[in-house]
Amino acid sequence: MKIHQISLFAENKPGHIAAPIRLLEKEGIDIRALYLADTEQYGIVRMIVSDWQKAARILGDRGFVVKVTEVLAVEVIDHPGGLADVLEALDQIRINIEYMYAFPDVRAGKAILIFRFADPDEAIARLQTAGVNLLTSDELLKDQ
Amino acid sequence: MKMNSILETGITDCHPASLPDYTPVPELRDLQLQRLRTVVTRAWQQVKLFRSRMDERGIEPKDICSLEDIAKLPFTVKSDLRDTYPFGLFASPMKDVVRLHASSGTTGKPIVVAYTQEDVDVWTSVVVRCFAGCGLHRGDIVQIAYGYGLFTGGLGAHYGAEGLGATVVPTSGGHADRQIMLMKDFGVTAMCCTPTYFLHLIDRAAELGVDMKDLPLRAGVFGAEPWTESMRRHIETLSSIEAFDIYGLSEIIGPGVGCECRRHQGLHIFEDHFYPEIIDPDSGEPLPDGSEGELVLTTLSKQAMPMIRYRTRDITMILPDRCECGRTLRRIGRIGRRSDDMLIIRGVNVFPSQVESALLQIEGTLPHYQIQLTREQGLDQMEVQVEVTPRMFNDKIGALQELHQKLQGALDRVLGIRVRVSLVEANSIERSEGKAKRVIDRRTS
Repeated sequence: MKIHQISLFAENKPGHIAAPIRLLEKEGIDIRALYLADTEQYGIVRMIVSDWQKAARILGDRGFVVKVTEVLAVEVIDHPGGLADVLEALDQIRINIEYMYAFPDVRAGKAILIFRFADPDEAIARLQTAGVNLLTSDELLKDQ
Repeated sequence: MKMNSILETGITDCHPASLPDYTPVPELRDLQLQRLRTVVTRAWQQVKLFRSRMDERGIEPKDICSLEDIAKLPFTVKSDLRDTYPFGLFASPMKDVVRLHASSGTTGKPIVVAYTQEDVDVWTSVVVRCFAGCGLHRGDIVQIAYGYGLFTGGLGAHYGAEGLGATVVPTSGGHADRQIMLMKDFGVTAMCCTPTYFLHLIDRAAELGVDMKDLPLRAGVFGAEPWTESMRRHIETLSSIEAFDIYGLSEIIGPGVGCECRRHQGLHIFEDHFYPEIIDPDSGEPLPDGSEGELVLTTLSKQAMPMIRYRTRDITMILPDRCECGRTLRRIGRIGRRSDDMLIIRGVNVFPSQVESALLQIEGTLPHYQIQLTREQGLDQMEVQVEVTPRMFNDKIGALQELHQKLQGALDRVLGIRVRVSLVEANSIERSEGKAKRVIDRRTS
């Protein structure tokens, strides 16, 4: 159920995100999702990629500071209220979200939510009990 | 005689090359005076600049009758080497010079230093004595990750390690992954590089899943830049090695002017070849042992390029007591700062070593850093750029901001002035010869 997310430190300067992304592309790694969390001075690029081990190795070898974290992916129907339903379910089981981001899965007419929890195992147990549908890594990366 | 003095100290495990370390003091002083007179005569006869400065003072080599008389001699400073570029301070004809080295010369012309075969042999012998003092011997596998080439670090350490009878792995600088692979695969027992480069290797090894503590590595001989006691503890904790401070400068000979012994209470100066003095950096007056001031060195046996009273700009003291190890060689304190390192920012004195100690206070971090000075609307601005290491990095913005604030707080407390802290990407700060360039001053006066 756990998905490996790659995070990358980047200074908030022109061109500082393009270089690592180009590097991944050249190595044939697909980026399924990308989210940039930024401050005025620096940012964190968070990515879900087709081969996280290879991506982490390539970026690390080229001197990028990389961290791999386990996140969870939830699929929701892409219609009004779909997101609110999931968030309400999370509220009810009283579990704190460190951060989250969402991206659409256009062909399937669905949206995918990525959640970072302090304790992913605990979160999996509670979400499953609450009937929330968690994606496996294979499901998330299929058709890539 | 020498053997007897060693026996008196009860030392039994001593490399033969270390015998001069135990010369009885009166004998050592006699040797120093005799060599001082010889080298002064040589410089006076062969080096025009030195001769003219002696003439100005109205003195001649025969006026040197005691070691105290050294204070009569003129100082030599770094700009003298630049002004006489390339060969103006040589005391040997080029046919007798077997080696030239030069500084990296980031500003203007480099400085050039020369060696006769005898000089190279002396250099080798003092580096052998450094390693022997660190407890290394034949059978050790020594990896030299100082830059090889014009920089004296690589070749100096190389000849010394070979002279010791150790197995040398001459990797030179750079290629961290390969350095770590060879350390592991060759069973390297001692490492020579700059302390900051070794920290980088520890970090990189951790990323590669290699714990330095699991390697046969047991000693590190680190130099070519000032480093602190807290950095030593940091290195020793992370890698389970014994870390030694080695001192030297190209103008005098390269690495091997002095080195710690296993007592780690200051660095023994190889006084039979290098005569140390401490002076007041402002007045130039000699200071007694135990007083802090600028280290001045005179090469007692150099042929190709004798240095008379060379002002090192390094601030230290000659430790007044005899070392427990039994060596009769005097020691200098570890060099934490250089007189030309001091920065004056908005009227406050700041040393780069203070920045280092502030960064070290933050648990688990001794990252690469650089101080950038600018002047905005007539006011000095100091920025400390800190490279984010894998250990520091976190995928949560909040955690990075917390780290940022901790660094800011520690720097404000230690320096007493407000500075700007910037987190920058790994490897974005320039390095040269594995040495970190700590200060970029863009203030125009």
